Amino acid sequence: MMENVSFASTGAHARPVDLPVKMHGRKVEVFYGQKQALHGVDLEIPERQVTALIGPSGCGKSTFLRCLNRMNDTVEGARVVGDITLDGEDIYNKNIDVVELRARVGMVFQKPNPFPKSIFENVAYGPKIHGLAKNKAHLREIVETSLKRAGLFEEVKDRLDEPGTGLSGGQQQRLCIARAIAVSPEVILMDEPCSALDPIATATVEELIDELKQNYTIVIVTHSMQQAARVSQRTAMFHLGRIVEVGPTEKMFSNPDDKRTQDYITGRFG
Amino acid sequence: MSTSAIILAVLAIAIAAYALARRKAAGIAAAETGKLHSMPSYHGAYGLFWAALPALLALCAWLILSPILATQDMRSLYPDDLGPQLSAFPGVADDMTRAIAEGIRRMPDAVRATVHQMPIAELSPLLAGLGVPVASAAQDWMIPAALQRIAFDDWSRLAMTIVVIGLALAGAAFALSRIRLRLTARNRVEAVIRSFLVLASTIAVLTTAGIVFSMLFEAMEFFHMVPITDFLFGTVWDPRFAAAGTNASGQFGLVPLLAGTLYIAFVAMLVAVPIGLFAAVYMAEYANNRVRSVVKPLLEVLAGIPTIVYGFFALITVGPFLRDISADINGLLTGTYGSFIQAQSILTAGLVMGIMLIPFVSSLSDDIITAVPRSLRDGSLGLGATRSETVKRVILPAALPGIVSALLLTMSRAIGETMIVVLAAGIAANITINPFEAMTTVTVKIVSQLTGDLDFTSPQSLVAFALGLTLFAITLILNVVALYIVRKYREQYD
Ligand SMILES: Nc1ncnc2c1ncn2[C@@H]1O[C@H](COP(=O)(O)OP(=O)(O)O)[C@@H](O)[C@H]1O
Ligand SMILES: [Mg+2]
Repeated sequence: MMENVSFASTGAHARPVDLPVKMHGRKVEVFYGQKQALHGVDLEIPERQVTALIGPSGCGKSTFLRCLNRMNDTVEGARVVGDITLDGEDIYNKNIDVVELRARVGMVFQKPNPFPKSIFENVAYGPKIHGLAKNKAHLREIVETSLKRAGLFEEVKDRLDEPGTGLSGGQQQRLCIARAIAVSPEVILMDEPCSALDPIATATVEELIDELKQNYTIVIVTHSMQQAARVSQRTAMFHLGRIVEVGPTEKMFSNPDDKRTQDYITGRFG
Repeated sequence: MSTSAIILAVLAIAIAAYALARRKAAGIAAAETGKLHSMPSYHGAYGLFWAALPALLALCAWLILSPILATQDMRSLYPDDLGPQLSAFPGVADDMTRAIAEGIRRMPDAVRATVHQMPIAELSPLLAGLGVPVASAAQDWMIPAALQRIAFDDWSRLAMTIVVIGLALAGAAFALSRIRLRLTARNRVEAVIRSFLVLASTIAVLTTAGIVFSMLFEAMEFFHMVPITDFLFGTVWDPRFAAAGTNASGQFGLVPLLAGTLYIAFVAMLVAVPIGLFAAVYMAEYANNRVRSVVKPLLEVLAGIPTIVYGFFALITVGPFLRDISADINGLLTGTYGSFIQAQSILTAGLVMGIMLIPFVSSLSDDIITAVPRSLRDGSLGLGATRSETVKRVILPAALPGIVSALLLTMSRAIGETMIVVLAAGIAANITINPFEAMTTVTVKIVSQLTGDLDFTSPQSLVAFALGLTLFAITLILNVVALYIVRKYREQYD
C-alpha cells in the first residue's frame, strides 16, 4: 500500500505533482544511553527522488539516516522510539527481518569501506549472502551490471581480481555504491558520501547519484550546501535533533521559511 | 672511600651542579636582555650531566681495569715454575693469592706487620681463624704476592677516589662556566637522553646475543663428542648417566624428544585454538560492554596463573581423572577394568597446556579482531549480513594474518613450555602415536640433564645446550615467520 501525499509546499515554488511516499518517519526519537539525539522527527521520503539531510554537525542527521535501515541496532545502548515505515510497513515491528530490511534499504558510508577482497568479491558479497545469483554466470552478470550502474565498470573491467582497497578514493566510493546496488535495494542511504573525496571524484559521484534516482530512492546526508542544491529534489534541515524545515530544494535554497535555515545555508553558522 | 660512597659523592656534586646551573641560567635571563635559548631546568640538567657522566664513566672503567692490572702486577712476583698442581691453572693461583690478600686485610695491624716473615704453613691457620679458608696447595711465594696486591689495590682505590671526584667537580665547573644566554642546553640534553636510550637497547641486544653465543659454544663442545647427525637424526635417547666418565658415551637422539614436543604442542593447540578463538570472537563481536568488562579481566587472571600450578593441576587432578575414567569406560565396554590412559600421558599434558594457552590465544586474537575497523563491520551489516556472516566473511579474513601470527606465537610458547610437561608428560623418551601413552619433550630432558651432579665436560650435561639451541632455533623460526606475516599484511586496512 502506498500513500500519496502532496509534497507541494506553500508558496510560489509549489510542485504540481503528487509523489508516492517510500519511507515515512513519525515522531522518531533516538536515545544513546541517557542522551537524546533526536526529539520527534517527522519526515516523508518520496520515491525515486533524492532527499538531502542538511544541518550543523551533531544535529542528528546520521542518527536519523541510520534509523532508516536499523543500523542503530548495532550501536550499543542506542534506543529508537516512534515509527518508521517502508512502503507503509513498520520497519521496527518485531516481525520484521532486519537482514532483509537492510537488503532493501542499502547504505553507503562516509569513508569508503571496501572489504579487503577483490573488486569482484566486494560486489558479489551481497548477492552471495542473500543467495541472489542462480549460478556463476548469473553472479558475474549481477556484478557487471552493478559496476556499470555505479559508473565504475569501464575503469576496472580488466582488474576485477585485484583488491578493492587498491582503488583511488573516488573509485572506492563508487565500488561501495556498486556493492550496495548489487543486492537490488529500493532505497540507498548515503552518509556524506563525498566528504572524503577530492572535487573531481565528488563530481563523478554526484553525477552518479543523479542517474541513480531513476531507479532508486536516495537519502543523502551532506555537509555541502552546493551538493544538496545540485543533487537533491527535497531537503530537510536538521537542528539540535529536530527538523526545522523541509521542502523542495529550490525553495529551501532560494526562499527558506525558517531563519535558522537561512543562516545555515548562507554560512552564518554550521 | 668505598665505591658506593664515591657514587654518592658524585651524585651529590651532580645535584649541586643542577641547582647552581639552574640558578645561574635564571639569573642571566633576569639580568640580560634577550631570551634564554633553553629553559633554566635544561641548563640544570646540562650541569648535572657534565658533573655525573664523565665521573661515573671513569669509575666504571677503573673498576673494570684495576683488578686486571692488579693481577698482572701480582704475577710479576710469581716464580717461573708454579709447581706441579698450579702450573696448568695460573688462574687458580691468582684466586688463592687474592684470598690470602683478603685474609691479611682482616688482620690487626700488629700481626699484619709480621706477615711477610711467615711461611704459609703458619699463616694458613691464622687466616682460617679470620674466616678465610686457604687451600692446602697454597705456596710460600703467594705471601709477598698477596702483600703486593694489597699495596696495589690501596693505591688504586685512593687514585680512583681522587680522579673520579675530581672529574665530577671539574665537570660541574666546566658546565657552570659555559652557561650563557644562547647555550643550546636543550639540544645537548636531548643528545644525552638519546644516548641513554641507545645504550639501553644495546644492552638488551647484546645480552641476547651473549646468551645465544654461549649456548652455541657449549653446543659445539657437545658436537665434538657426539656427531651432529647422530644428535639430529638419532631415534634413541639413552644418555646413560651410569656410564658417565667411562668410554661408553650413550646415545643422544633428538627425534623422540622433538616428536614428543611437537605432539604435545599439537594436542595443546587443538584445545586452545578453537576455544580461544571462539571466545575472542564472542568477546569482540557479540558481548556487550558489561560482559566484556567482567570476562576480560577474568581471562587475564587465568593468563597470570604460574605454569607450575597448571603442572600440578595436571599431575594431581587431570591425570588421575583421565586414568580412572578410561578404566571405567574400558570396564563398561569389555568387562575388564584396566585403564588405557596412563596418568602421565600426551593427552594429559596437551590438555592442560591447551587450557593454559586459551587466555593467550583469546587475548591476542581479541586485540587483532578489535583492530579490524568498525567501518568494515558496518559495511557488511549494512548490506544485510548477519553477525556471524560478517565474522566469517569479513572480519576473520581481514584479521587472518594477525591471527595466524598469533597462533605461531602460541605454538612457540607451547614448544618452550616446561613445567607442565615436566609434571604431566613423563620422562620416557618414546616414539608413539598413541596419545594415551607417555612421551617426553625437549624441555623435560633439559631439566633432567641439568639436575643432580653436573660435569660440564661430559656430553650428558652438555647435551642440554644442544637441546636448548634446538628449541631456540625452532621458536626463532616461528617468531620470524609470525613477524613476517604481520609486516606483510599490515597496510591492508588503508
Ligand atoms: N554511538 C553514539 N553514542 C553516543 N552518542 C552518539 C553516538 N552517535 C551519535 N551520538 C550523538 O548523537 C548526536 C547526533 O549525532 P549524529 O547523528 O552523528 O550527528 P550528525 O551526523 O548530524 O553530525 C550527537 O550529539 C552525537 O554526539
Ligand atoms: Mg554524521
